[in-house]
Amino acid sequence: MQQYSGFGLLKHSLSHHENWQRVWRNPTPKKKYDVIIIGGGGHGLATAYYLAKEHGITNVAVLEKGHLAGGNIARNTTIVRSNYLWDESAALYEHSMKLWEGLAQELNYNVMFSQRGVYHTCHTLQDMRTNERLVAANRLQGIDNEMVDAEQLQKEIPSLDCSKNARYPIMGASVQRRAGNARHDAVAWGYARAADALGVDLIQNCEVIDMEISDGKITGVKTKQYGVLKADRVGCVVAGNSGVLAKMAGFQLPVESHPLQALVSEPIKPFLDTVVMSNHVHGYMSQSDKGDLVIGAGIDGWVGYGQRGSYGIIEHTLQAIVEMFPCTSRVRMNRQWGGIVDACPDASPIISDTPVKNLFFNCGWGTGGFKGTPGSGNLFAHTLANGKPHPIAEPFSIQRFHTGALIDEHGAAGVAH
Amino acid sequence: MFHIYCPHCAEYREEEEFHGAGQAHIARPLDPEACSDKEWGEYLFFRKNPRGLHHELWVHAAGCRKFFNMTRDTQTYEIKEVYKIGEKPSVVAE
Repeated sequence: MQQYSGFGLLKHSLSHHENWQRVWRNPTPKKKYDVIIIGGGGHGLATAYYLAKEHGITNVAVLEKGHLAGGNIARNTTIVRSNYLWDESAALYEHSMKLWEGLAQELNYNVMFSQRGVYHTCHTLQDMRTNERLVAANRLQGIDNEMVDAEQLQKEIPSLDCSKNARYPIMGASVQRRAGNARHDAVAWGYARAADALGVDLIQNCEVIDMEISDGKITGVKTKQYGVLKADRVGCVVAGNSGVLAKMAGFQLPVESHPLQALVSEPIKPFLDTVVMSNHVHGYMSQSDKGDLVIGAGIDGWVGYGQRGSYGIIEHTLQAIVEMFPCTSRVRMNRQWGGIVDACPDASPIISDTPVKNLFFNCGWGTGGFKGTPGSGNLFAHTLANGKPHPIAEPFSIQRFHTGALIDEHGAAGVAH
Repeated sequence: MFHIYCPHCAEYREEEEFHGAGQAHIARPLDPEACSDKEWGEYLFFRKNPRGLHHELWVHAAGCRKFFNMTRDTQTYEIKEVYKIGEKPSVVAE
């Protein structure tokens, strides 16, 4: 792997940047792998990287039906935080956060992780109580999170309307200062490059159309382009399409796929150096380095695979943004898109074995998968390497929907993001 | 944005008046007490989630507030038909 550095940039400028190495190979698949990962998005690529790096399993293929990092990792609003309520989730997301903090160095790829803080504004007494409870829980879990009152909030974010004139006046906010955002594509590309360097085969344009299952045990997958590829273990990390793959394997998941929309405005001068989200008026916003306002919308309440949602949701979201930031009322929106999120009934993910032996699923991240990318990959790699889950991933088994040990994070995952 | 025909009001209305309530035709176990944890869990949480035709339950929340069923393609978003509770769909999902 070619090491990236400031010096390298200088050196390549002398040859007009025409001699950069390819970032990853484009291999033809082998007939047999130790582990096949279905899904070449952020989570799948991270899984492959940690399998190779931490568990020494390099005979691994990542099968992607389109191009690498073309699903939800390219269709999110890049927020990273770990202030969830329950110990199980806090451990999971904090594990991820700690990996985020050293990720650019580890991958030798600038993922532009910016710990600019994430605010959750409170507009009602109930909001205040919920967030104070969250802050208290996070403190006990050793995770930073604090409350600020409206006056302090106004000082920290001058453009936010904290006056009494707002329709839903802001009473305060919780803020996790270590939270922030990152460059979404870079995360996936960084993992892809590092995994490839360790010997993982990244197979693009390779769609899985069936699973080879005999005696309740998976032995490989059937692909449209390359026929049957054998594997000892198979991991599915396909987000919105999890239900489709589960159907191939002959079982159902407690997951429904919904369109989740987001939009960006035209680029404007920098005025917002943090992330603000409101569960109550239901919208959130940050400003990218390019100057666009990155705005999140809620999910459409029906099952959809079309990567687009309804206009009513966009309208509602922009109402919320203008309510919080009246100065943005004349800003024009540039692009809008939808991703397909696989939502669980308890708003927590599934990292689990399945009724089929040697087949594992990592899904159900719903509206909050981006922040989980490193942690999800790291823990799922452990599951795939050992055949049993990492202690942090254990509570996120699919069994919880039978035992009733749900991890209800609807409060902490309030605004879809 | 869907333009939905409410079979109770016998009118087309905007999607905003409606609320999707998930998969249709989920039969409540006749004797819940006799269910195993697995059966009860499957009934409560596990769903078909198909990419393609889907029978779903909708409610005309800001209208007549009555429930009805809809068969819709989850990939193209085309609404195939709407039918009242208790009626059988003429377009059947696999």
